Amino acid sequence: MATIFGINLFALSGQLLVGLINGSFYALLSLGLAIIFGLLKIINFAQGAMYMLGAFFAWMALNYMGINYWWALILVPIAIGLLAILMERFLVRPIANEDHLYSLLLTFGIALVLQGAFTHIYGSSGLPYQIPDELKGGTKLPFMYLPNYRAWIIVSSLVVCFSTWWVIEKTKLGAYLRAGTENPQLMQGFGINVPLITTLTFGFGVALAGFAGVLAAPVYSVSPDMGSNILIVVFAIVVIGGMGSIGGAILTGLMMGVVEGLTKFFYPEASTTVIFLFMVIVLLVKPAGLFGKEA
Amino acid sequence: MKINKLYLFLIVVALVAPSLVYPVFLMKLLCFALFACAFNLLLGFVGLLSFGHAAFLGTGGYITGYLMLETGITPELGILAGTVGAGLLGAIYGKLAVKREGIYFAMVTLALAQLAFFFYLQAPFSGGEDGLQGVRRGALFGLIDLSDNFAMYYFVLAIFIFGFWLIHRTVHSPFGQILKAIRENEPRAVSLGYNVNDYKWVAFIISSALAGLAGSTKTLVFQLASLTDVHWHMSGEVVLMTLLGGMGTIFGPLVGAGVVVSIQNLLSGGELGNYINIVMGVIFIICVLAFRSGLVGEFQKLMKKNFN
Repeated sequence: MATIFGINLFALSGQLLVGLINGSFYALLSLGLAIIFGLLKIINFAQGAMYMLGAFFAWMALNYMGINYWWALILVPIAIGLLAILMERFLVRPIANEDHLYSLLLTFGIALVLQGAFTHIYGSSGLPYQIPDELKGGTKLPFMYLPNYRAWIIVSSLVVCFSTWWVIEKTKLGAYLRAGTENPQLMQGFGINVPLITTLTFGFGVALAGFAGVLAAPVYSVSPDMGSNILIVVFAIVVIGGMGSIGGAILTGLMMGVVEGLTKFFYPEASTTVIFLFMVIVLLVKPAGLFGKEA
Repeated sequence: MKINKLYLFLIVVALVAPSLVYPVFLMKLLCFALFACAFNLLLGFVGLLSFGHAAFLGTGGYITGYLMLETGITPELGILAGTVGAGLLGAIYGKLAVKREGIYFAMVTLALAQLAFFFYLQAPFSGGEDGLQGVRRGALFGLIDLSDNFAMYYFVLAIFIFGFWLIHRTVHSPFGQILKAIRENEPRAVSLGYNVNDYKWVAFIISSALAGLAGSTKTLVFQLASLTDVHWHMSGEVVLMTLLGGMGTIFGPLVGAGVVVSIQNLLSGGELGNYINIVMGVIFIICVLAFRSGLVGEFQKLMKKNFN
């Protein structure tokens, strides 16, 4: 067994891997929250429920319609995105001019309904979802065994996160988005359809959660409360990172996953709370968050 | 003087109620009403949405439960300890949370409450998933046996009236006026020389201590302190009670707690138990979309429109 300074490298790298996987999900979810916050200035409390819905849609597509994992990976986020567009158009927009706390409460209500409905239909114990055949098995590295599916989670979520970052920072569409974040009235004055961009942004931000849900289906069991547990952690991550930057949201997500993984190895009792404790420290030292812009 | 008659009427109703309605249900209602009133002090009068008030309800409950189980102290001391404990936790959490505003405040309090949840899940003294069961009610001041539901009811009623009076006093004091000024226009309050964060902090401590008082009392009533009380669900429930009843009104949380507790009681018995979350969620959505002033707020508007 490979050890350095009495540390079992095999176990340590295993926990680091788990941390990176959790971090990938944190990054996808907080990225979605940050994009939505940028333009709409609201926090979508239903982001966790949409992640749960993504996993359930993948399971339903496979079991009721025979749609395999790869198609689900494309179709489910689109379906979730469309659902989110309807949600934005008919529920969120009517109260867009009220205090933003109301939209937090509204999306909280939506999350309760979704979670309650799925608990009612499928019960609270999880449903299994098979890893697709192409990604079964694993690779043996010098000091760890890397299951292919886990590597796939990390790679695919990184690709999605950084292409989103690239689109927002480097393309014309992204420029509209950033301009809308700064001053929507002025942008509308230039003849750009701001309500449309707002709706599409909301749809895309939520679709990211749906994508994360499909990715998560084979590694975590598909259960109605999978969303609410992860969402509160993601909220803490958003406070840690601050919502000022897209890149910051991605980086903080990954970083916190790794911190959690390391804690699981060195002091497992604190692994559920370490991110919240980290948030406390950040609040004391830099209240605006690591990447936050506001004073 | 109209309002005094209303108070008098309510007190008379509260005094005769236990001979008409099951006292344990009434006590549950009073505990949640106090919890919602404490929460409303922050949301309604300072404009701070705390999404983590379950932490204080639960902390009060666990401290009282632990002391009543492990030591021989009398219930009023147990409740006092729970209240002080929740207030201290509120002092720490509040100091951190007031550093951020608006939506961030909600997220910070939610995350801090989750920290408390995991603490009570893992701590050696809190009984993990089972919670603290079989908490004795004891004898008030060592004299009045509280195991009788009627005696307990009047004790709970006295606690509720005390808490309600304290909130009423706070809101109508010069301190309360400054809180409202912060809610209405924070930059102006700053420019008038008020240290806004300190005012928010003190309001947070009062609110969390009273939430702890509600939790301690609830533990004695049900002789149980459990994880349900610290779960984020509970934090959401108190938001719903206040929103439904009418935030920023004195009676709103009382009405909201009454409606929510009644709905839960109606649904929990039968096959509809699974629907509780769905119903709660739908009420949330309807409240936010259609009547943000809540039941009491809308009623007041109606009265103003028609009888003024």
